[in-house]
Amino acid sequence: MSYIPISDQDKKEMLARIGVESVEDLFCCIPENIRLRSLLNLPGPLSEPEILEFFEERGKKNSYDRFLSFLGGGAYDHFIPAVVDYLSSRGEFVTPYTPYQPEVSQGTLQVIFEFQTLICQLTGLDIANASLYDGATGAAEAVLMANRIKNKKRLLVASNIHPEYRQVIYTYTRNLGLEVVEIPHDRLGRVDQKGLESAFNSHTSVLLCQSPNYFGVVEDLETLARMAHSHDALLAVVISEPLSLGLLEAPGKLGADIVTGEAQSFGLPLSYGGPFLGFMACKKEFVRQLPGRIAGQTVEAEGRRGFVLTLSTREQHIRREKATSNICTNQAHCALRATIYLETLGRQGLKKMAWLNLQKAAYALEKLTAFPGVRRKFGGPVFNEFVLEFPSDWNRIAPKLEERGILGGLGLGQDYQGLEKCALVTITEKHSRETIDRYAEVLKEVLK
Amino acid sequence: MINVIREPLIFEISSPGKSGVRLPALDVPEKPDILEGLPVRTDIEGFPEVSETEITRHFTRLSQMNYCVDFGFYPLGSCTMKYNPKLNEKVAGMSSLAGVHPLAPEKLAQGNLELMKTLEKLLCEITGLDAVSLQPAAGAHGELTGMMLIRAYHQAHGNPRKYVLIPDSAHGTNPCSAHICGYAVKEIKSNEKGTISLEDLAREMNEEVAALMVTNPNTLGVFESDICQIAEIVHARGGFVYMDGANLNALAGITRPGDMKVDVLHLNLHKTFSTPHGGGGPGSGPVAVRKILEPYLPVPVIEEKDGQYHLNYNRPQSIGRVKSFYGQFLVMLKALAYILALGPAGLREMTEVAVLNSNYIRKSLEGIYHLKYDSPTLHECVFSDKFQKEFGVSNLDISKRLLDYGLHPPTMSFPLIVHGALMIEPTETESRRDLDLFIEAMKAIDREARENPELLRTAPHITYVRRLDEVQAARNPVLRWEKR
Repeated sequence: MSYIPISDQDKKEMLARIGVESVEDLFCCIPENIRLRSLLNLPGPLSEPEILEFFEERGKKNSYDRFLSFLGGGAYDHFIPAVVDYLSSRGEFVTPYTPYQPEVSQGTLQVIFEFQTLICQLTGLDIANASLYDGATGAAEAVLMANRIKNKKRLLVASNIHPEYRQVIYTYTRNLGLEVVEIPHDRLGRVDQKGLESAFNSHTSVLLCQSPNYFGVVEDLETLARMAHSHDALLAVVISEPLSLGLLEAPGKLGADIVTGEAQSFGLPLSYGGPFLGFMACKKEFVRQLPGRIAGQTVEAEGRRGFVLTLSTREQHIRREKATSNICTNQAHCALRATIYLETLGRQGLKKMAWLNLQKAAYALEKLTAFPGVRRKFGGPVFNEFVLEFPSDWNRIAPKLEERGILGGLGLGQDYQGLEKCALVTITEKHSRETIDRYAEVLKEVLK
Repeated sequence: MINVIREPLIFEISSPGKSGVRLPALDVPEKPDILEGLPVRTDIEGFPEVSETEITRHFTRLSQMNYCVDFGFYPLGSCTMKYNPKLNEKVAGMSSLAGVHPLAPEKLAQGNLELMKTLEKLLCEITGLDAVSLQPAAGAHGELTGMMLIRAYHQAHGNPRKYVLIPDSAHGTNPCSAHICGYAVKEIKSNEKGTISLEDLAREMNEEVAALMVTNPNTLGVFESDICQIAEIVHARGGFVYMDGANLNALAGITRPGDMKVDVLHLNLHKTFSTPHGGGGPGSGPVAVRKILEPYLPVPVIEEKDGQYHLNYNRPQSIGRVKSFYGQFLVMLKALAYILALGPAGLREMTEVAVLNSNYIRKSLEGIYHLKYDSPTLHECVFSDKFQKEFGVSNLDISKRLLDYGLHPPTMSFPLIVHGALMIEPTETESRRDLDLFIEAMKAIDREARENPELLRTAPHITYVRRLDEVQAARNPVLRWEKR
């Protein structure tokens, strides 16, 4: 099947109009010596049922869904209302390009405008963009943006941000002559304020931290903002679990200058890691340095309200190498899903969803630390994730839980020296009381 | 497209107490003091409150204001707006694939890893290159990754070098990606055929040039016939040839970048391999490389041993990660389903018909619209508004008038070397009837330009909104709704 609606008769007539004998002639500009002489070595063509079977067979080789999972760490299994799938799968949303022709793209543009508004409301900042690739590239874009604003080369990055976000920051900054300094964490699992104070100097552009951080601990953003600002640096906050914003104070209200993050929690399936949804918001005065597409309101010839992509002088197609970012295609359809999700839950629903996560995580924390040997590693307040310390190396405990059908958490040993006995446990509203109790029972059995 | 109901913003139809979904009750004992020590918000100011009916109507109405491939012809040049097969959406929706957590132990995700490895291998065969990373999220991200690989190689060999050469016909992301990778850009002027001049290239190429970034066929749709000599010139001074694969729909199954001596290539799965654009993403921009650059690929790399798949993070020369997890997995599934559906003969036919359709349009409109370069073109052709300009009509006016004919306009913003460009890429998935509709509309618009230019300057006339004031949008930015 090649999805081609041109018949052989059409081809003949079209070639005649063009004035060539065969399709081959249309490729005469390609030198003979680099033209393929035979067909590529590819499988297929497969029919529609054969393709479905092919993928179903591979699906059977994934055994993840046979386990009770407590994995999170930047990818969360939340409930998705049916309207999100139903509405987002409309062809009018799935099959248009980036809205370069606003007169026939008002749907997409209004959705982006609503998405930007929702992100501003959640983060407490003035301006948001249309989306970025994911939380990791968002974190990298945030420090690059701060560097452009402050024009100083030292970037402070909390060691307790998502390890993959940190790795992407290194990849992005390595070639630009920027200095990335990691700030350690304290016993509460938060950014160590003493270490932070001594890391600031007059060349520092930004402190980037995450809240809740990779240990699930909510940071004291107000203090961190004060510290950053007293050194003429910005505070950038990355959020991998934005559902927390249903209950927690907006970072913008606590002094953050840039807030970025991963919004997969808002209506996107786990998707084996992608596509996810990066977002970014900032204070008004930084709008010219914000990367990515932005939709804005305007009027049309008859005075009616309409929406367009705007401030494009920041972007690559106008500014070429002087643009704020090279991003072009972003995650518009993911942002659509998040918009439908957030508007469906609404003010009360989002709060309740966050409340369910918070309460269940607290219940799980109590249950899992109820017997000797397991303890809460960090004392700082948490949302829906927490770090547990076990009596022995997590790599020895995890397989025993797995044998009993449980994926108990994400080990921290490979990313943090000294935390080999620790794992990050994630609870969402999808974990019933029974499943949490079951984890506790199995853990007790395993630790005997 | 004509929609008489004006759809307000969701915030304007919100009223307190409503929600679009019922959530379950808490099934664990509630801790009333749980918020102690947390910085809690009292409210999410301005957040909407609407019912499920209102949500459904809101988004259904919004959707109806969009033009899309499912509705009609979408000849945006360099964007490859081909039909998106519905089977692929079904595949990407399979919960046994899409429901897997990215940090699940490898042995519980063998099916997904196998699918990714399979796609890598097929892309190697299609491009004639040796290794692929699926991690980059979109075309521009793939470009950046590709340039980072080149820089890492040069760095490892003692000198990262300073410059990247880019033809003036290039897409805007090319210079920007090179810049973010720490390189200064030197522009190469196109010759009278619209292609790279070997003399200019030889003059600019030296030991401080890291790479040439070339789009082939270029944004005019013209194949760089000297590509092998171009590569020789670049390689002779130790540089790399980076190819922007945005236009692979002109080549797949006919020739391979690897056979043209290209060293690095990014692909746009959302162009050549039919995954939908979603109104601006998600895309997917895998990078294919020659063996010599393989050690630098982003981590993790998928490896196969005795039928088991494994993620290797231990790659000391790697540039590191460019994205969280493994890339746009669901987009990869759609592209894989597409390649399997086409098979080798289908892939070749895809390219042939894409080129046939483009040349059919070119021939049909030649003489009516100005063609700056008369070089043969492959999958797209670039006209300009030169003839219509005499009547005070620009490419923008022509484009806006096309909207009244129920058609999507061509690309106008580039290539920069054609003033008033109308860059047309029909793709292979258009029927003769749809191609003829477009051709007839373009001819009619040319007549209108002569007889009634005002009609074009004030177009569109029958869309949901009339021409929008983009200057005002930028001058007085209103970028979010606010409560009055």
